[in-house]
Amino acid sequence: MEFLFSQFLTGLASASSLFLVASGLSIIFGVSRIVNFAHGSLYMLGAYIAYSLVEHSGLGGGNFWIALPVAALGVALLGLLLEVTLLRKIYHAPELLQLLATFGVVLVVQDAVLMIWGPEDLLGPRAPGLAGAVRLFHQAIPQYDLFLISLGPVVLALLWLLFHRTHWGTLVRAATHDRDMVAALGVNQASLFTGVFTLGALLAGLGGALQLPRGAVSHAMDLQIIVEVFVVVVIGGLGNVFGAFLAAIIIGELNAFGILVFPQMTLVLTFLAMAVILVVRPWGLRGKPQSLAHGAAVAGGRVLRRLPPAAGKAFLLVAVLLLALPWLGSGYALNVATEMAIYALFAASLHLLSGIGGMVSFGHAAYFGLGSYGAALAAKSLGLPMELALLAGPLTGALGALVYGWFCVRLSGVYLSMLTLAFAQITYAVAFQWSSLTGGDNGILGVWPSHWASGPVAFYYLTLVVCGGSILILRHIVFSPFGYTLRACRDSEIRADAIGIDARHHRWLAFILCGFFAGLAGGLFAFFKGSVFPDSASIGTSVDGLVMVLLGGIQTLTGPVVGAVIYTALRIFVSTYTDYWRAVIGVVIILLVVAFPQGIVAWTADRFQAWRAIRPAVKTKEKAA
Amino acid sequence: MAIRSVSAALGAMGVVASCLFSGPGRAAEPIKVGEINSYSTLPAFTLPYRNGWQMALEEINAAGGINGRPVEVISRDDNGKPGDAVTVANELLSRENVSLLMGTFFSHIGLAVSDVAKQRKVLFVAAEPLTDAMTMEQGHRYTFRLRPPTRPQVAVLVEEAAKLPAKRWATVAPNYEYGQSSVAVFKAMLSARRPDIQWVDEQWPAQGKIDAGATVQALARAQPEAIFNVTFGPDLIKLIREGNTRGLFEGKAVVSMLTGEPEYLDPLGAETVPGWIITGYPAAQIDTPEHKAFLKAYQAKYGELPKLGSIVGYSTMKSVAAILAKAGSTDTEKLVAAAAGVKVATPFGEITYRPEDHQSTLGLFVGKTAVKDGKGVMVDWTYKRGEDYLPGLAEVKARRPAD
Repeated sequence: MEFLFSQFLTGLASASSLFLVASGLSIIFGVSRIVNFAHGSLYMLGAYIAYSLVEHSGLGGGNFWIALPVAALGVALLGLLLEVTLLRKIYHAPELLQLLATFGVVLVVQDAVLMIWGPEDLLGPRAPGLAGAVRLFHQAIPQYDLFLISLGPVVLALLWLLFHRTHWGTLVRAATHDRDMVAALGVNQASLFTGVFTLGALLAGLGGALQLPRGAVSHAMDLQIIVEVFVVVVIGGLGNVFGAFLAAIIIGELNAFGILVFPQMTLVLTFLAMAVILVVRPWGLRGKPQSLAHGAAVAGGRVLRRLPPAAGKAFLLVAVLLLALPWLGSGYALNVATEMAIYALFAASLHLLSGIGGMVSFGHAAYFGLGSYGAALAAKSLGLPMELALLAGPLTGALGALVYGWFCVRLSGVYLSMLTLAFAQITYAVAFQWSSLTGGDNGILGVWPSHWASGPVAFYYLTLVVCGGSILILRHIVFSPFGYTLRACRDSEIRADAIGIDARHHRWLAFILCGFFAGLAGGLFAFFKGSVFPDSASIGTSVDGLVMVLLGGIQTLTGPVVGAVIYTALRIFVSTYTDYWRAVIGVVIILLVVAFPQGIVAWTADRFQAWRAIRPAVKTKEKAA
Repeated sequence: MAIRSVSAALGAMGVVASCLFSGPGRAAEPIKVGEINSYSTLPAFTLPYRNGWQMALEEINAAGGINGRPVEVISRDDNGKPGDAVTVANELLSRENVSLLMGTFFSHIGLAVSDVAKQRKVLFVAAEPLTDAMTMEQGHRYTFRLRPPTRPQVAVLVEEAAKLPAKRWATVAPNYEYGQSSVAVFKAMLSARRPDIQWVDEQWPAQGKIDAGATVQALARAQPEAIFNVTFGPDLIKLIREGNTRGLFEGKAVVSMLTGEPEYLDPLGAETVPGWIITGYPAAQIDTPEHKAFLKAYQAKYGELPKLGSIVGYSTMKSVAAILAKAGSTDTEKLVAAAAGVKVATPFGEITYRPEDHQSTLGLFVGKTAVKDGKGVMVDWTYKRGEDYLPGLAEVKARRPAD
């Protein structure tokens, strides 16, 4: 009993830490609809800045208590700069583009931290005055934990006062509810957004600085917290601070007690909880259905049309170049091109789901990973030749999507996205822990192609034909009646319903199709690399796919392919020449986002259209002259 | 980047040196070695590791290279992903035409590169990956490994653990293959020596995401007399801080993997708990002539104490040089033949790459933690030779596929 009580307190202390960071993210999302991927980076910066202040400012004892607010304010200032210089420029871009921009910031901050603070883990001092433990019911409870436990409700109360007792807070709540109406009433949105983002950054920085007495300050802090914090925000209900508080307690306690019952489940417990809660409560514990139909926001008001015949010639030229590549490039160039083709198919399948279907998947790696394992197991365990094993990839991918999709299509918006992430993490954990089947994290080795396809040229052609053909099929689907139906469901579910379309059914089909093609890409990837690891179903792979789609432009069909080519090229070539490849790619992504807020392909297409619009006029003028 | 041009510059130095030796007129073509590691993902280990191999490379080329040819290392980051490691391995082999591959830290990445080496029939000298599978179940003709894997690391600790009076044991390990196999081997070996031992609890925090307070409480509840720890890095730091605050370690023996390596011990500082039985590397205290020479050169060059990563990097490079020199050729089959049984001088003394399983006999240090001037140090240490703890010929035959 005493033990359970102290375990409960431990859970509360973790919950408080989580809540501080999650509340900031929730507020930012609620008002600006920004999925702030860089929130973990702000948290990490809070911890590093606090460390430097404590260790190097020479203020002596008691120093931590000064460093705490200073670090939080410092991070708030960085947040302010980030909002004014970057995010403000892209508020009018389609929603998800801000996610891409903040992903660029994540990469830059990772390398900045490495350059400024060096590679080693850092350990700050304990909190002065709260270094020890008190005995409660015969159990030692760290004093600092008690401080954290009380800080959570205090911050919650302060936020409540801020949002309910100040004019600014009232505006923020109004904007969370309906930001267009607030703008129409003459409220300066820009300064409201800046204020909210700064407040969110302050909370993230505070959360990070508070971790200093609890353990190491390290490079991986940002990515370790960000996913967990997203889970808390989504379980709580987006934009709802009280919901985030409840969710943080649930996750904190679940972790504390979960390890007593299922010590082996540490990888997956949080995501299982999120999946269950979202299936039961599709808008989280305290959230409301989003006022804005999310799918329509993905499209950004742009209608997808077939390309003009002139573009056909350009595609023919590209196809000829691709077929001639073995004569133009080296074996290594073919290798890179093969990788690009596989990722292009992966991105194109994600695009059908997200861009056309309006269901943004944060967990598309699930189907890629299932495809990889399906193909690898078919080859290694069943002893099938490559030609047959490759078929197993899309089948396992489609099967996974059939199951996961059934749950996901019942949700919408970011809730749907997070449920896809939960399923991807569950897939990852299964791949990771089911060692007898998957080899655990040591993976499955020796998945090499059949003899005829083992050379770089043959495997390149195989990939080119399979991926190129699949991408053409995907394109055909978009302009088929099924594709138009999907787009109708995305743009107005109510109207689609009114004319007798079963949106859920079509979306489910879209899931299965996309799972099929992602699985195909995964199967090719397995034979291309010769081995499969849980890595292929990881969050990193999902994020890579999303970055490719967004970089190219979510509203065009060629966008994902171009995005995949550019992103893969950047990753491979930049990391060949510098250790700081993350910073370089981060900066490139940020620049691209600011320069091409619609995506690279959409921007080019717009310029091309504009040029064509002018040209006939010029010609007639010439004739007249 | 500056670092990569260093290797080019070193190569150039080697060219100059070999010209001096072989007379004017003919600049020998460098031997290219491909190197892969997780530089951006795991800088705390891999940056000292890079310092190590760069220093070795400089020494090799200053001494005239290998058979009159300078050695050039072309280094790549694997971004912590096995897929990317395969990409760069392919790039090194097809575009840079390297003669062999070396490096890697993570077990799964090491295995991925090892599989490429097997497929493309090229020598791979693995530096750090600890998984036993690399030289056993997944072992093959083309892969050799420097560091002693999980099993001997555990075996060394079991010897000490068996001497403890403790009967109730708990374990805490990261939830992946390294943690799982360490615990499995530790339990099996210790139970075999001490049938009276009871295993009362096991905790499996996710790597990098330990819920330290809850884990410490769960361990304390089981009331163990001794704890076997496999966590390291930030997780270990959190575990120790919470454990100290809550009094977990008072009166309990702790046996801990890798904790004495400077990479993990240095950040602990005054938080280090004295009396833990650990494996590690007491860099400042080893006074064998070969280590003293290494230490002096390393400190002169980098102005800091070497870490274990430095030893691994240095010794991997020296192993590659020894194999190249013995083979007298860059032909893979000759290199493989030369690598089996090759003897290499390292800062830990001479090691041999065993022909039966391609594992080097590099050993490890076992000792105890202590706190000195607010810093964690390793005391009462001894060096354990790898050959005394590596699996015997019968076990190798049973577990390792025939070539």
